[in-house]
Amino acid sequence: MSSLPQRADVVVIGAGIVGNSIVHHLADRGWRNIVLLDKGPLPDPGGSTGHASNFIFPVDHSKEITALTLDSMRQYEKFGTLTTCGGIEIARTEDRVQELRRRMSSATSWGIPSELISPQQVGELMPFLDTRLVRAGFWTPSAAVVDPLQTGVLMRQHAHELGALTVSASTEVLGIDTTPGRPRPVVARVRTDRGDIETDHVVVACGVWSPRIARMAGARIPLTPAVHQMIDVGPIPELAATGQEIAYPIVRDMDPLMYERQSGADLEIGSYAHRPILHDPDDIPSIEASALSPTQLPFTQEDFDPQMATALELFAPILDREDVGVRHAINGLLSITPDAGPLLGETPEVQGLWSAAAVWIKEGPGVGRMIAEWMTHGSSEIDLHGADITRFYPHQRTRSHVLARANEGFNKTYGIVHPREQWASSRPQRRSPFYEREQELGAQFFEAGGWERPQWYESNRPLLEEMAENAPAPEMLTDRPYEWDRRWWSPITNAEHLAMRQRVAMIDLSAFAQFEVVGPGALDYLETMAVARIDRPTGRMIYTPVLAPNGGFRSDLTIVRLGDDEFRIITGGADGARDLAWFTAHLPGDASVTLTDITSATCTVGLWGPRARDVLAAVTEEDVSNDAFAFGTVRPITVDTIPVLAARISYVGDLGWELHAPAELGRRLWDVIEEAGRPHGIVPAGIGVYGTTGRLEKGYRLMGAELEVEYDPVEAGLALPKVKDHDFIGREAYVRARGHEPAATLCTLTVDDHRDATGVRRYPQGGEPVLTTSGERIVDRKGRGSYVTSAGAGPSVGAYLLMAYLPPEHAVEGTALTVGYMGERLPVTVARAGRTPLFDPDDTRMKG
Amino acid sequence: MNVLVCVKRVPGTGSTILLTDDGMDVDTRHLGFTIGPHEECAVEEAIRIAADHGGQVTVLTVGPAEAAEQLRDALSMGADHAVLVDTGPGELDPEATADALVQAVRQLQDEAGARFDLVLFGNESADAGHYQVGVRVACELGLPMVGGVKGVELDTDAGTVRWRRPVAAGVEVYESSLPAAAGVAEGLNLPRYPSMRGRLRAMKAVITTLHVDVAPSGLRKTGLRRPAEERPATVVLGSGADSAGAVVDVLEELGVA
Repeated sequence: MSSLPQRADVVVIGAGIVGNSIVHHLADRGWRNIVLLDKGPLPDPGGSTGHASNFIFPVDHSKEITALTLDSMRQYEKFGTLTTCGGIEIARTEDRVQELRRRMSSATSWGIPSELISPQQVGELMPFLDTRLVRAGFWTPSAAVVDPLQTGVLMRQHAHELGALTVSASTEVLGIDTTPGRPRPVVARVRTDRGDIETDHVVVACGVWSPRIARMAGARIPLTPAVHQMIDVGPIPELAATGQEIAYPIVRDMDPLMYERQSGADLEIGSYAHRPILHDPDDIPSIEASALSPTQLPFTQEDFDPQMATALELFAPILDREDVGVRHAINGLLSITPDAGPLLGETPEVQGLWSAAAVWIKEGPGVGRMIAEWMTHGSSEIDLHGADITRFYPHQRTRSHVLARANEGFNKTYGIVHPREQWASSRPQRRSPFYEREQELGAQFFEAGGWERPQWYESNRPLLEEMAENAPAPEMLTDRPYEWDRRWWSPITNAEHLAMRQRVAMIDLSAFAQFEVVGPGALDYLETMAVARIDRPTGRMIYTPVLAPNGGFRSDLTIVRLGDDEFRIITGGADGARDLAWFTAHLPGDASVTLTDITSATCTVGLWGPRARDVLAAVTEEDVSNDAFAFGTVRPITVDTIPVLAARISYVGDLGWELHAPAELGRRLWDVIEEAGRPHGIVPAGIGVYGTTGRLEKGYRLMGAELEVEYDPVEAGLALPKVKDHDFIGREAYVRARGHEPAATLCTLTVDDHRDATGVRRYPQGGEPVLTTSGERIVDRKGRGSYVTSAGAGPSVGAYLLMAYLPPEHAVEGTALTVGYMGERLPVTVARAGRTPLFDPDDTRMKG
Repeated sequence: MNVLVCVKRVPGTGSTILLTDDGMDVDTRHLGFTIGPHEECAVEEAIRIAADHGGQVTVLTVGPAEAAEQLRDALSMGADHAVLVDTGPGELDPEATADALVQAVRQLQDEAGARFDLVLFGNESADAGHYQVGVRVACELGLPMVGGVKGVELDTDAGTVRWRRPVAAGVEVYESSLPAAAGVAEGLNLPRYPSMRGRLRAMKAVITTLHVDVAPSGLRKTGLRRPAEERPATVVLGSGADSAGAVVDVLEELGVA
């Protein structure tokens, strides 16, 4: 046992697959004096790595998760700990057949060879199941099983060989000390039962124990341990005869939320169908007090009985035998988070305290590599916005929220989850001052960043008929024929859109995150954060990309100059928590800049449409003419009695303003605008218009969809005419990207024909592969496949719009391509290459 | 050949046994429940006997309602009937346990017409380990009884059973007429794992519930205590040639030099 050093460059807590991978990759990136701790013995310290089922199906609808999985598979393979056996997801129902078609789309988008196969083919690949129960199979030849414990051993060995690593097993962390820092406390010391270690960096890779360890430093890692039941059944002579750990494909029996895989002479059966069984990290037994291990809790048979019947039915030829017994059965613990994503990155509460938690075996090595890159270079190669721990607002990091969402989400693990599906539990949380009015109007609320936002208003249903007369594509005002395509959607959005374009609409934008940045260093600080020049006259509104050090997108937002040393950052609600953490982490250490989150103090109404000026003029004494109040400017005005910060800007491409007001006056603002708008035919419009239809017609990019770390501003069409002199994060990469032709260009495409083989209209939802007319994948010179980043109607241009990055040979207006959707290919045309909008390309409406 | 097996619900513990705050019970918050390894062998033996010689296996337990879980485990291994005597959550002492079992057996015999050729117990329970419940029951029922059994041979024609049990000097062999009772020990056989079909059968099986009057008895538990932990200490004796003397000392102490 090595003795602990008194000082380390980094202390990684947890020697599961994630912790081992982190030390390996940190060592590769030049880190030395790395300490890896675990309270358990090695090589299996007793966490989830030691009991996981260890199989990998690479295809996920999430691009980010798929990328982490593929990276992990490459690493396992390099270490010789990966056995390729293939895997089949089977469908027992028609809904699942549809879902498997959708998985084919994702497989193609992310470049993973897969195939939809018949029940007979399923039987040929896996001869021991009853194919009469199978409607279709989704076959992925590259699915594999891995040995994460052995991989961990080899990863540690590698770091040892570089002279970078001290490992201390059976070492319990007693505390993590911080020192006061500005703007937040800083990690200082890890206290253990074998001595204390001074350090500036601590990584919590403790799986189900992570919340408990992070809390020692005053940070929250929002996950809960949850039970996943597994049994081992054998011996089965047919499996034993193979003489291999696994010789047959893994089967995921998707409809009953189960899987079956060979493990030597046994068949391992796991389930996500039982009731959610959640535990408290503080209540996990010690290693000594556990019958098996702390994360292998006693099996609760009655929870598994129905699944046993299901498995017995499917695999009757080998399981329905008296001499084939249940040899091992556990309630294994794994981590569940409020949105099922991992929790990666520096915690928002404590500088130097990193989270690498809620990670599955299939993502472990890749997560380790990304965390090491992130810690070393400030950004990772794979975009991790969906895994970033800072994505959660404080109310979403509470235990009651985590438990509510884990209870709701557990059974979605193998579920069919619609891309727009909304959570039902732990709502409503954040409500704008307009909430009651919106309820009265029959708002259908969607959640973003914990805010309740109207997606559309049932009160606008009469507009469907009213708008049909002059609609460029009247069918957009009728329901979509396929239930999947219309789920969590309404044609009312398109009607609201047309009413806005014809008259005027008011949109609740209170979910905007707003930060006040004040102080003598504020300008310099913001110049460092933003690509655009911030040193502009007071009253200017500046739209800017915010880049990661590698030149990819970290965010895009607007910055308002309110005074010499006074600014306001306005950014999207969904990404507000990430942006707050990013801006906070980069504050100068002195007192020259103060950043205050004023989101909860403000509310916002967006007022847009050709009549917007008439409406605003009716309720303010200020001159709001074009001459007096130009596009791109911001002014404090008074609306009725309400002090409002009015910003002449638009994300929907029409004349109008964002009206920011004190939250407590919001209700009055809503009523005043609504009343003044009535003679002008004002309608309330939902986020369906703001975030999708209006945006897509104007070709505006969305963070997390088009904008992410893997694409740069040149590719996104957001490079500015000049590079400012001031240094800023990502500048070097940005300048480099400007120096050559982009590998891909963000394009807007139109769907030419929606009809599938049966003549029914289908509507891609986003994430689908963009293919050539002959169905070939399109891949740019950086190896990135083209896929639909956003999809939605363009009611005013009469076309259904898609966005996608395309390599230069295809990023040519008029090029014919196809999009794969639900097993069909729909013809599409490149309508715009670059940022010029399809609707009102000269912006005359917005700027007039 | 009808066999009755008496089993007890006990916690499945890890290497360290935690006690409740009042020190009166094992802390079972994190523990699953099982029957002891001796009893698993008793159930297995009963199932084999019934399979070889015909007849049925009945498992009987005295304990809390939750002990139905252990009865279903035995059913899923292949037992035919299960009987639960629900005596509530409190632990009974061996005298009261034996009394409850005797009453239950008599009810089964007198009221349900059951007839048991063999009554099997685990040699001792896995938790309390009083070593006396089986003897008390056999005595009360007037059955011959042997403990520590690791071998069973039946002669159905002669109506006899031969019990084998290992002792320090060799193996003792006993023979008795049927019906008879025995306390069996781990090693008698290798218990089977329950099949999935067996589990599904057990899930649906009806468990007979009997009521008995448990008389208070004289034995009182005053508390449980964990023995002081013996921590294996690792002592570094030195390095290189300098450590030779210390190593020799240790070897001599161990009597190997």
